[in-house]
Amino acid sequence: MNKYTEDDLREELKTKEYEYGFYTDIESDTFPIGLNEDIVKAISLKKEEPQWMTDWRLESFRAWKEMIEPEWANVQYVKPDFQAISYYSAPNSKPKYDSLDEVDPELLETFKKLGISLDEQKKLAGVAMDVVIDSVSVATTFKKTLNEKGIIFCSISEAIREYPELVKKYIGTVVPQKDNFYAALNSAVFSDGSFCYIPKGVRCPMELSTYFRINQAGTGQFERTLVIADEGSYVSYLEGCTAPSRDENQLHAAVVELIALDDAEIKYSTVQNWYPGNSEGKGGVYNFVTKRGLCEKNAKISWTQVETGSAITWKYPSCILKGDNSVGEFYSIAVTNNYQQADTGTKMIHLGKNTKSTIISKGISAGKSQNSYRGLVQISSRADNARNFSQCDSLLMGNECGAHTFPYIEAKNKTAKIEHEATTSKIGEDQIFYCNQRGIDTEKAIALIVNGFSKEVLNKLPMEFAVEAQKLLEISLEGSVG
Amino acid sequence: MDLKEKLISSFMAFENLMDVDLPVHDIRSQAIKVFETNGFPTKRDEAWKYTSLNNVLKHDYSVFPKHENAIEYNDVKKYFIHDIDTYKIVFIDGKYSSHLSQTTHDGIDVCLMSSALNKPKYSVLIENYFNKIASKDSFTSLNTAFSCEGAYIHIPKNKLVAKPIQIVHFSTGSEAALMLQPRNLIVVDENSHVQIIERHQSLTDNPVLTNSVTEIYANKRSIVDYYKIQNDNENASLIDNTFINQKQESVASVHTFSFGGKLTRNNLNFYQNGERIDSTLKGVTIIGNKQHVDHNTLVHHIEPNCESHQDYKGIFGDTATGVFNGKVVVNKEAQKTNAFQANNNILLSDKASINTKPQLEIFADDVKCSHGCTIGQLDESAMFYMRSRGIPEKEAKALLMYAFSNNVLNSVKIPEIKQRITKIIATKLGVNIGFDL
Repeated sequence: MNKYTEDDLREELKTKEYEYGFYTDIESDTFPIGLNEDIVKAISLKKEEPQWMTDWRLESFRAWKEMIEPEWANVQYVKPDFQAISYYSAPNSKPKYDSLDEVDPELLETFKKLGISLDEQKKLAGVAMDVVIDSVSVATTFKKTLNEKGIIFCSISEAIREYPELVKKYIGTVVPQKDNFYAALNSAVFSDGSFCYIPKGVRCPMELSTYFRINQAGTGQFERTLVIADEGSYVSYLEGCTAPSRDENQLHAAVVELIALDDAEIKYSTVQNWYPGNSEGKGGVYNFVTKRGLCEKNAKISWTQVETGSAITWKYPSCILKGDNSVGEFYSIAVTNNYQQADTGTKMIHLGKNTKSTIISKGISAGKSQNSYRGLVQISSRADNARNFSQCDSLLMGNECGAHTFPYIEAKNKTAKIEHEATTSKIGEDQIFYCNQRGIDTEKAIALIVNGFSKEVLNKLPMEFAVEAQKLLEISLEGSVG
Repeated sequence: MDLKEKLISSFMAFENLMDVDLPVHDIRSQAIKVFETNGFPTKRDEAWKYTSLNNVLKHDYSVFPKHENAIEYNDVKKYFIHDIDTYKIVFIDGKYSSHLSQTTHDGIDVCLMSSALNKPKYSVLIENYFNKIASKDSFTSLNTAFSCEGAYIHIPKNKLVAKPIQIVHFSTGSEAALMLQPRNLIVVDENSHVQIIERHQSLTDNPVLTNSVTEIYANKRSIVDYYKIQNDNENASLIDNTFINQKQESVASVHTFSFGGKLTRNNLNFYQNGERIDSTLKGVTIIGNKQHVDHNTLVHHIEPNCESHQDYKGIFGDTATGVFNGKVVVNKEAQKTNAFQANNNILLSDKASINTKPQLEIFADDVKCSHGCTIGQLDESAMFYMRSRGIPEKEAKALLMYAFSNNVLNSVKIPEIKQRITKIIATKLGVNIGFDL
């Protein structure tokens, strides 16, 4: 019997190409490249937005012009030329469909290849989807069921038109326009995204899900997501991404804002599998995302992410624990391979009393990749009895990759209890030996160990999504995960 | 004139006093240029994010003390570890004090940096070791530019130094504000063993800023034990930069006890240039009032099969602030590294704060690296247990805090230092711990 060793696994990881690299030719309505006030105005006009929104975008754009790109992250890349990107692209045939039969068959084919075809999803999971392909929503399902409960789940452009008062009240409250370079850029040019509002006391009966795809050569994608959970409500929101192979670097700068009012709970799960570049590190998506949630009294926000794709990931889903007794959670698996670089983590800002936060971060690096955890736990002087637990584990495969941890812990209250621990290790020979000894071959043993390593986070994903997450782990790393 | 300009212009005057034909002159001139370009670090620098120097740099420090001062041994006896016989190198306001010191050239060199820099017989060692591992950041460069005095210790092969060496810096406060820049060089050759105790002490309330640089070379299989006792008064600030270069199978440990001072910054850097090296970095910090202690450590694992242990404990009261910034770097070649880092803190007041940033940068796969960091309070049930057995609250608290820092004290190899630290802790906590150690 051929022995499957870690070297084989490493070899497999190196050679395994991105399986989902294909390109759907949908006639697109694309803007000329470059960015100036006219482009911003044109995007706004195209989306039929009211004047206040146009002004808001312009304000962001002016702020962005004054800002410089951040360089503190532990990643190296060629800076994107912001004037060489087209800031708007939409699939051409965009009437709203009543049934799936009317949807562009090529599009459906795309989803089939991804194994997430709408009807399959519908049957399997009862998931309502607001499908974003190249920035514009083209299909929304299950809208009626949601309508009955009073839940609003639509594209952000629709929300700006239909529910301007809600959008106006909350947009930019958690991630201000000037928050950072990429957030400002996004605020100026966001093309679309999702909007979700759960009314008071309503428990959303299904997982809300959006699949984003970047599908047009040379277009950056700038989504804006706004989720508002009113008092006592609950929602679980899923976001998953895949993108076709492409040679030039694509830029993705999304902003996600979550607002959990008193006693509300939001669970936000992400599976990210954008094109990571080929095995020489050429191409791949730049992923610069700002995600932040605000918790009012007794509210809870939980971020779960599985990051397997993108050439560069720069992402820190954060929680501002403003209300007393609020809870923030962050569960993350970040897998990097070949020349991928990931700098990801979270910020937990404890402002209210008795606030709690949990951080579990698992980093797996292989090939020549660099994987960093960067986190901040901040306890303000008014946050009595704040509690934090953080755990960051890294698994290294091969000696050409790197794992880094940069945890910042700032405590200003004597009743704070903070624990942080981090470990770095490889798959131990003794662990493999133990499995072998009990009749488990090396291949299975490695699968078992990697799976076990990520289990704490995988368990936090909703059932339907966990299946997908496993699939993605397979592509980017595992080959053998059963 | 701000301090930076003053220092740069003083450098010219300083040069006039020095022999410009020595090779060290070039090193000094280069260093002042680095300082001129970089200036003092600000909070915008990542390494100084949590430590502001504004309050320290605002004083008009004299760079050269105007007159020499003498102090009586009996007045300062308490600042020495006086119950054991030791070698002593004592400086008063930056000048060597021969009557308080006890140096030697008998088999080992325990003497002065000024003579090492100037005398030809030391030139080979100076050339090989001086300013070789000191980093090029602005404080270290500033010290290098003004380097002329400090301790010079050279232990040749196969020597076990019978008694510990004490390096003590006093400032008498005869100047309104004084800046000191001692420079130490310690070279320990193969198979030798040395124990060193360092202390900075200000004798009045006039502000003192000490910017000290120590380079330590632990060659093959040598053992270096270094203790830093920082219990200065509250107008004295210390920027301590220590660089340790270890060769194979050497064992080096640095214990830092920070109980005093207005602002204390410890930059402690270990470079492991060899296999099977063991490095230990430990510290206890107990401060109150407006004090600020910042530990900035770096352990760089360059070669395989090495170990490092870090353990820092901090107790912060009143409006004190503590910073811990520990960095462990493991190079690609440094397989089988075992690096451990722990930082535990207790906050006693709502106005005290602690910022900690334990950092790991790992490029090798077959390593065991972990770090842990906690911020918490004294255990209430333990307090209740003691109080229910008649131990007053203050003593019970003190006992718990003492127990908290005991891990660090355990690895202190000189019992007299352990006693001394215990006493300082007891004084600090305002109790009489009724047991001996």
